[in-house]
Amino acid sequence: MAEVTYLEALRQGIWEEMERDDEVFVLGEDVGKYGGAFKVTEGFQGHFGEERVIDTPISEAAIVGAAAGAAHMGMRPVVEMQFMDFIACAYDILTNYVATARYRAGLSTPIVVRGPSGGYVRGGPFHSQNPEAGFLHTPGLKLVCPATVRDAKGLIKAAIRDDDPVIYFEHKYLYRRIKEDLPQDEEIVTPLGKARVANEGADLTIVTWSAMVWKALEAAERIEQEDGATVEVLDLRTLLPMDDEAIVTSVRKTNKVLIAHEDTRTGGVAGEITARINEKAFEWLDGPIMRVTAHDTPVPYAPTLEDYVLPQTDDVLKSARWLLAY
Amino acid sequence: MARVEVVMPQMGESIAEGTVSRWLKSVGDEVKRDEPILEISTDKVDAEIPSPAEGILAEIRVPEGETVEVQTVIAVLETDKAAPVSAASPPSPPAAEAPPAPPEPAAAPEPVAAAVAPAPPQPAAPKSDGAVQTAEERLRQRSTPLVRKIAAEHHVDIGQVPGTGHAGRVTKKDILAFIESGAPAAAAGPARPAATHPVASAGEIVHPTVGAWEGDRVEPMSKIRKLTADHMIMSRRTSAHVTSFYEIDFTTIAAIRQAKKQEFQDRGAKLTYMAFIVKAVADNLQKHPVVNASVSGDTIIYRKSINIGMAVALDWGLIVPVIRNADELSMLGIAKSIADMADRARSKRLNPDEVQKGTFTITNPGVFGSYIGTPIINQPQVGILGVGAIEKRPKILTLDDGQDVIAIRTMSMFSLSYDHRIVDGADGDRFMADLKRDLESFPEGAL
Repeated sequence: MAEVTYLEALRQGIWEEMERDDEVFVLGEDVGKYGGAFKVTEGFQGHFGEERVIDTPISEAAIVGAAAGAAHMGMRPVVEMQFMDFIACAYDILTNYVATARYRAGLSTPIVVRGPSGGYVRGGPFHSQNPEAGFLHTPGLKLVCPATVRDAKGLIKAAIRDDDPVIYFEHKYLYRRIKEDLPQDEEIVTPLGKARVANEGADLTIVTWSAMVWKALEAAERIEQEDGATVEVLDLRTLLPMDDEAIVTSVRKTNKVLIAHEDTRTGGVAGEITARINEKAFEWLDGPIMRVTAHDTPVPYAPTLEDYVLPQTDDVLKSARWLLAY
Repeated sequence: MARVEVVMPQMGESIAEGTVSRWLKSVGDEVKRDEPILEISTDKVDAEIPSPAEGILAEIRVPEGETVEVQTVIAVLETDKAAPVSAASPPSPPAAEAPPAPPEPAAAPEPVAAAVAPAPPQPAAPKSDGAVQTAEERLRQRSTPLVRKIAAEHHVDIGQVPGTGHAGRVTKKDILAFIESGAPAAAAGPARPAATHPVASAGEIVHPTVGAWEGDRVEPMSKIRKLTADHMIMSRRTSAHVTSFYEIDFTTIAAIRQAKKQEFQDRGAKLTYMAFIVKAVADNLQKHPVVNASVSGDTIIYRKSINIGMAVALDWGLIVPVIRNADELSMLGIAKSIADMADRARSKRLNPDEVQKGTFTITNPGVFGSYIGTPIINQPQVGILGVGAIEKRPKILTLDDGQDVIAIRTMSMFSLSYDHRIVDGADGDRFMADLKRDLESFPEGAL
C-alpha cells in the first residue's frame, strides 16, 4: 500500500493503461515536455516517447478532432483540456461529430477528454467551471466525475477502455488535497454507470458527485453528531449513464432527497435528477426534492465572493436540516 | 414480477369517494385488460371498473360495501402469471399485509423528530365544529406523496394524525408512529365515516359586521336570537334545500271541524286545522321514512319515532316544541298537545327535553296571513312543512258530468323544504301528494 493523491492516482491510471495497451496515447496543450499544467503527465514523454505523448497547438477543436480521427483508426487517445472551462471551444466537434459518429457512420470513437474542473481555488470565471451540464443533454457521450483517489484511478482506466467517448471531469481542488492508501499490486478498474454509497443513512439522501461529495460527508457527520439523524450520501461517479437504480433505491429507503452540485442552479444536472425521481419514485417522497448549488453567476475571483457563490458545507447542512424537519 | 394497482377512479369532478358494490372477480382469477373486475357506486353514478392490465387478480384490498376515497388502491393485479398470488382477500388487518418494500426505520426509536422539530406534536382532535375546515385542518391534510400512500394502504385519515413537520404537516414518522400505536384500528372500519365527517353542529358561525349609522340602536343578540341566527346559517350550509309547493283543499276538513268543534271543546280541546295537519303528517312520515330521517356523515339515520316539532312564534323569538310519537296520538291527543305546547312555550314553562329530538317540523306562517313561505330546515332533520293561510278562495272544479265550475273552497298553500342530500324531488313530492290526498279526503271517522 502507498498513500497517493487524487492526482497521482489519475497519473497511475493513465500510465498503467499506456503500458497495457500500445494504442493508448496522450495529446494536449503542454502535456509532453512540460508534463501538463497540473503535472498529471509529468515524465510520460520521457518514458513513452513523443509519438505517444503529443504537445498540440492551442486549439481544443483541433485536438479533439485529431483524437476522433485516431480513434476511428483504432487508437485510444486521451485528450487533456488544460482547464475544463476551455472544452467549450471543442463543443461543436464533441456534440455534433464525436457524439453522433456511431449513430451516423457506425464509427466507434473511444476517446477520453479529461481535465481539471471546479472551483474553491480562487481561479475566477475561466478556471473554475463545472461544465458537465452542457454535455448531459447530448446522447452519445459518457460523463464521469470522480470524487475519490481510488475512483480517480479506477474510473480513468474504465474510461480509457470504454469504446464510446468519455468526458472525464477531474476536480482540481481534490488534486493534491485528498490522499488514500491504494494497493499497488491490485488492478483498480471502476465500472462506469455505477454510483457509490459514500455514507449509509436512513433519514435523508444527498445525491452528489465530485468535490461536493466531501462537503456532503461533512454535513452528514455533523447531522449525525448534532441531530441524531443519519444521512445517506450517494456519490453518482458517472452522470451519463446515470445510475437511476441507486438513486431510486436510496429514495425508497430515506424518502427525502437533497441534490448537491457545485455547478450553477438553472439548467443544472440536479433538475434532471429531480425529474427522474419524480417519474420513478414520486410516491416514496416525504418532502420536496431540494437542491444545493452555486448561485447563477460566474465564479468570482474575490475569495469572499467565491465562498459565497459556491455551495459550502453550511449550505448543505441548512437545507438538509430543513428537509429533515419537513 | 410486475404488480399493477387498481385504484378507486374519480367518476365526476365533485366526487371524492366511491363504494365497492360488488367484486366481479375473485383473488386468483385471470383478467384481461379492460375486462370489468368490479362494480362501484358513487353519489352520482354506478359503474363497472375495467381492469387496467392483463394479469391475475392478486389482492382485493377493499371489501364489498366499503367506501374509500378516490385514488385509494382497491386491488392489485399480478401481471407476471408465474408469481404467487397473495391469499389476503378480503384484506386482513393492515399489520398482516406486506406493503411493497416497507420503509424500515419505522420501528426504530426516533430521536430526530425531537431534535429537528422541537414543536410539540399537537393532538389532532377530530374536526369538532361545522362543515367548514379550519386553516389548520387543511394544512394538516397537506401531505407528501409517501404519507398519502401509507395512509391509503392503512386506511388512515391523515387529518387525525398529529403532525410534527413544518406547520404541523404529517411526516412519514408521524404516520408510521400513529399506525404503530394502533390508532388507525379505531379510525378505520365502520366508525370511519363518522370520524372523517363529524355530525354538523352549529359550530363557529361568524356573522359579518355592519356599520351603525347615527341614531341607530345597537344591542347584543339575546341567547335565543343568537342560537336561531347561528342555526339558520348552519342549516343553509349543511342541507341542500329544495322547496315544493302544493295547494290543499280544506273544504272537507273545514266541514268536519265545524261539526266536531263543540264536541272537542266539551272534552277540553280546541280543534284547529293544525291538529288535522299534524295527524296527516304523522301518518305520512310513517309511509315515507326518508323524510323522517337525518344525515350523519356518510350514513342516513331513519328515525324510528315520529316526533313533530311545531314552530311557535314568541314575542322574544322562535321556539319549536316537539310532539313526541305523534303517530300514536288520537286527534284529541294531538289537539290537546298542540294547545298545551304552545301555551307553555309562551309562558316559558317548557321542559328542555320538550324541544329536543324532533324528527320533522311544521311551521305555520299562514296564521299571520302569509300565502306561503319557504322554510329553512331545522337541523338535523331533513324536512319542514310550511302551512300558508287557510282561507276561502275561488277554485275551478270539474263536476261529475264534466262541467267546469268556479266554486268557493277553503284552500291553503303548503310548502315542503327538504334536504336533497337524501330526499330526491320524487320522494318529497310523493310525500306531499299523499299528504294532500289524506287531507282532502279526511275521514270524519278518524276523529
